[in-house]
Amino acid sequence: MKAAAFDYVKPTTIDQVLALLQQHGDDARLLAGGQTLMATLNMRLSEPQLVIDITGIESLRGISVQGKVLRIGALATHTDIEFSPLVARHAPLLKAAAPHIAHRAIRNSGTFGGSIAYADPAAEWPTCLLALGGTVVARGPKGERRIAADDFFTGLYSTALQPDELLAACEIPLAGVDHWFGFSELARRHGDYAIVGMAATARREGDALHGLRIVLLGVDATPVRARQTEALLEGRALDTATVTQAVASLRSEIDPLPDLTNTPDTKRHLAGVLLHRMLPTVATASATA
Amino acid sequence: MADLYPIKVTVNGKPHQCSVQPRTHLVDFLREDLGLKGSHLGCEHGVCGACTVELNGNIVRGCLTLAVQADGGTVQTIEGLSESGVIRDLQEAFVRRNALQCGFCTSGMLMAAKELVEQMPHANRAEVREWISGNYCRCTGYHAIVDAICDVLQQRKEAA
Repeated sequence: MKAAAFDYVKPTTIDQVLALLQQHGDDARLLAGGQTLMATLNMRLSEPQLVIDITGIESLRGISVQGKVLRIGALATHTDIEFSPLVARHAPLLKAAAPHIAHRAIRNSGTFGGSIAYADPAAEWPTCLLALGGTVVARGPKGERRIAADDFFTGLYSTALQPDELLAACEIPLAGVDHWFGFSELARRHGDYAIVGMAATARREGDALHGLRIVLLGVDATPVRARQTEALLEGRALDTATVTQAVASLRSEIDPLPDLTNTPDTKRHLAGVLLHRMLPTVATASATA
Repeated sequence: MADLYPIKVTVNGKPHQCSVQPRTHLVDFLREDLGLKGSHLGCEHGVCGACTVELNGNIVRGCLTLAVQADGGTVQTIEGLSESGVIRDLQEAFVRRNALQCGFCTSGMLMAAKELVEQMPHANRAEVREWISGNYCRCTGYHAIVDAICDVLQQRKEAA
């Protein structure tokens, strides 16, 4: 199908965007990479009066280290992240997750900020941001504010971002030498929405993990942390009995929503499979799958 | 009706100045305004890959890109790649390997394959499959397409 008619504007500063958002409210939509918005426009699931193209705003671009955080500009594309040496060094979880996102042509256009702001519960970036304990930098009429990833994803496609705010960047704590991470997901075909996926980070001391964050995608209305399982694994040696216990804990603490082809039980089982594959990698290197 | 928006875009090396409706996506612009019918539209929501074109040097979904977003940029389509001869070896390999039947997916498949052989000259078979996983083909079962791309990877390695 074809999109309904809309007006188009391409501002060059964040202040111009904020003024347009104030003026047009819910009649306006922000366009970055467009890999979600354009599909919804073409299918007429969304019919905004005005599309505000933010890709002309230079300050939203780029990936850089600023003090103790890696700053990923809202307009960084999935491909930018996949091949960024800074990301590989300071947030290797993102490099591991990037190839799971859709396909090359889509990764060349789609943006990190767009994925976070859209907050699809089956998407990789919201899950990774939560697993990394990242922060969203929002710009609004009252200036800049920071929102922890733990507080950002509030519901299905819903975030703590206010209607008059713009997601400017995300900040991620730099990975230390003891940083451990894992990313894995199960999909029927490469690039499809995952049935269930998992991103995890921790500090590794010997064979044990500390400060775990285990986050699941595709099981709930938001990316969701497995807090009981995180607590169970805290500081424990990862012997076979502990891994078995953790897998059982994970399966009992999550309450997956079904999708069109997978039941809650299937997802519960598969989430356990992912954890069962991921934990043994602690003893070797960081997990990627 | 929304106002027309003026754009300047270089398509296959040729500069164009046009006015487009903001809602017009890149492939409708290429097909209807410029008459370049080689880029195809299948699903129009980013799933099938038939609309794959190059924008500013990288492949994109032409149906998920607005024509106005190409303003100031450069676009390459299958027509441009065919005329310049840069994918002659891929096209010949597709024919030799029977990597097409109806041909609907072929232009998008070639656009994707071009970026692959240029960016990942040492790609293995699994990587080729992964790369073209964003392009649907309903005729060949993909095997012949993977064969054709692997042939070209090998040829280019030998020629290098």
